[in-house]
Amino acid sequence: MTPVYLDNNATTRVADEVIEAMLPYFTELYGNPSSMHTFGGQVAQKIQTARQQVASLLGAASSDEILFTSCGTESDAAAVHAALRAFPERKHLITSTVEHPAIKALFEKLAKEGFRITTIPVDTRGRLNMDLLEKSLDEDTAIVSMMWANNETGTLFPVEAIGKLCREKGILFHTDAVQAVGKIPMDLKTMPIDLLSLSGHKLHAPKGVGALYIRKGTPFTPYIVGGHQEHGRRAGTENVASIIGLGRACLMAEEKMAEENTRVRAMRDRLEKELLSRIPKCFVNGDLDARLPNTCSISFEYIEGEAILLMMNQYGICASSGSACTSGSLEPSHVLRAMGVPHTAAHGTIRFSLSIYNTEAEMDTVIEKLPPIVKRLRDMSPFWSDS
Amino acid sequence: MWDYTDKVREHFLNPKNVGEVENPDGIGEVGSIACGDALKLTFRLGEDKTITEAKFKTFGCASAIASSSALTEMIIGKTLEEAEKISNENIAEFLGGLPKEKIHCSVMGQEALEKAIAYYRGEPEKVLEGEIICHCFNVTDVDIQRAVKEKGLKTLEDVTGYLKAGGGCGNCHEEISNIIKASQGISIMEPKKPAAGLTNLQKIRKIEETLEVEIKPALIRDGGNIELVDVDGNRVLVRLQGACATCPRSRITLKDHVEARLRNLVAHDLVVEEA
Repeated sequence: MTPVYLDNNATTRVADEVIEAMLPYFTELYGNPSSMHTFGGQVAQKIQTARQQVASLLGAASSDEILFTSCGTESDAAAVHAALRAFPERKHLITSTVEHPAIKALFEKLAKEGFRITTIPVDTRGRLNMDLLEKSLDEDTAIVSMMWANNETGTLFPVEAIGKLCREKGILFHTDAVQAVGKIPMDLKTMPIDLLSLSGHKLHAPKGVGALYIRKGTPFTPYIVGGHQEHGRRAGTENVASIIGLGRACLMAEEKMAEENTRVRAMRDRLEKELLSRIPKCFVNGDLDARLPNTCSISFEYIEGEAILLMMNQYGICASSGSACTSGSLEPSHVLRAMGVPHTAAHGTIRFSLSIYNTEAEMDTVIEKLPPIVKRLRDMSPFWSDS
Repeated sequence: MWDYTDKVREHFLNPKNVGEVENPDGIGEVGSIACGDALKLTFRLGEDKTITEAKFKTFGCASAIASSSALTEMIIGKTLEEAEKISNENIAEFLGGLPKEKIHCSVMGQEALEKAIAYYRGEPEKVLEGEIICHCFNVTDVDIQRAVKEKGLKTLEDVTGYLKAGGGCGNCHEEISNIIKASQGISIMEPKKPAAGLTNLQKIRKIEETLEVEIKPALIRDGGNIELVDVDGNRVLVRLQGACATCPRSRITLKDHVEARLRNLVAHDLVVEEA
């Protein structure tokens, strides 16, 4: 059975082009980019190309603004800690209620260490309360960290407006853009964003590589110290092949963004429309006017997500209930709770996240198989009544 | 994905006895939609007072559905006296085991069965005992103490897997850990160094203080207590009270908990005996 993989916000398939670009760096081109000989130098040169490719996708002013890391979580941590070191007298941090655990857990830890944390709420569509954000910014604020796109619902935050507010007050703005990079156009040259995190495996590069955009002039103290790699901003021998893969994936994302925003979006919309018309008592979560083109979060009332997932798995359909990172939790996702999704629906939420590799035929499979699964589970549920 | 046994998968994908028995003799409803799982068990007795029909309706994950299906299969053909002996461990065993994070699904089955039998017998519903510790899943300190003691739970993860307590916001993690420690006889206070060179009077006072502060609270939580009777040289004579006095594990309590704590905190050569 060929899987119908619709869990691309958890991770993506590594693109063939990316693998092809990486392979020589495991075999004949295995030099250490820090070495002072030609063998290492040619690798260093290729890393520089990858840096330019990442910068190009982000619309950064310079490739020097790109720092390679191991993942989105490390990028987030490096960004927040850099702000804390830049403004040691400031003890106030701002984030949102719907952040990925990479930021949520980090801020919870910092709260225990004595920092004052303001967590800005969202409305039922997952939209940030901008008034409250504006009122919360003060002279003690070291950094505002808000995700660009929500990993569960795909809702986009108005990062340009957030950055503008921060800039007016002289506060650093970091965005966790792990889900947004490669899916929507970005032009960081013109946007008031100081720091931006991205992760390779969300855009068809391998796992274990990420990057942090650091706008030129932003104060930055290394999070990991040791050697002089990454212009002294992150010590540790580079994950060469993966960095080259990330660069190639960024190039591919630039080329395919139009497809992501037309064909993928159309497939997602059809899937959503058909499921909503065939299944009673279900609804889509998120801001339908400002959402990633590939993400669809649907709540099926009166049934539970894991049961839906396992029944879909029988047909090879792979999706996620809420966030893949929190699938071990007994509670519905903190994102859905923050949006006020009722318990009758929050437990039964499934996230479908598409990629350029999905097909219309795969959508047909889901549209055919899911409605009877929902009916079967509802017939078993003590809370379900057809009437 | 959870590592479910083939039998769990079978009972989840092809559950037995789904639905509600018409004119049931027993009805047991546990859980809630807010908690993420709920089970309604209904059964009917035959003329010979065995369960002839049992059905379930479950809102929950694969293991909740499988546990419910297994439960109905296990109780059909049994008398109420036989059925009420079925524990959550029996349900889990029937299914070839459940992941430890999912044990609470089998506990839900056992609780629904207890409720359904109580309904048949016309017994009043149990009221919630103790203080709610986990507000996400409505679990009290008494529930946690009982589960820790009776099921030998040792960690926060064990408690969450068994009762769901602590599986939500996480605000109660510290309190649950303290209950576990107290139930195991571990003080939640920082250990103090044993006092050296004590006079007899100092030693007796130190023993009294240690019993009051370090030992009694844990025993009281379990429905027991302890009284100091005498100190004769290095012999400490005590009298166990309440549940501790009748507990078959009282010697273990005396030696592994009371004596160990006194040796650690007062003097290493103390011997604790029942008066």
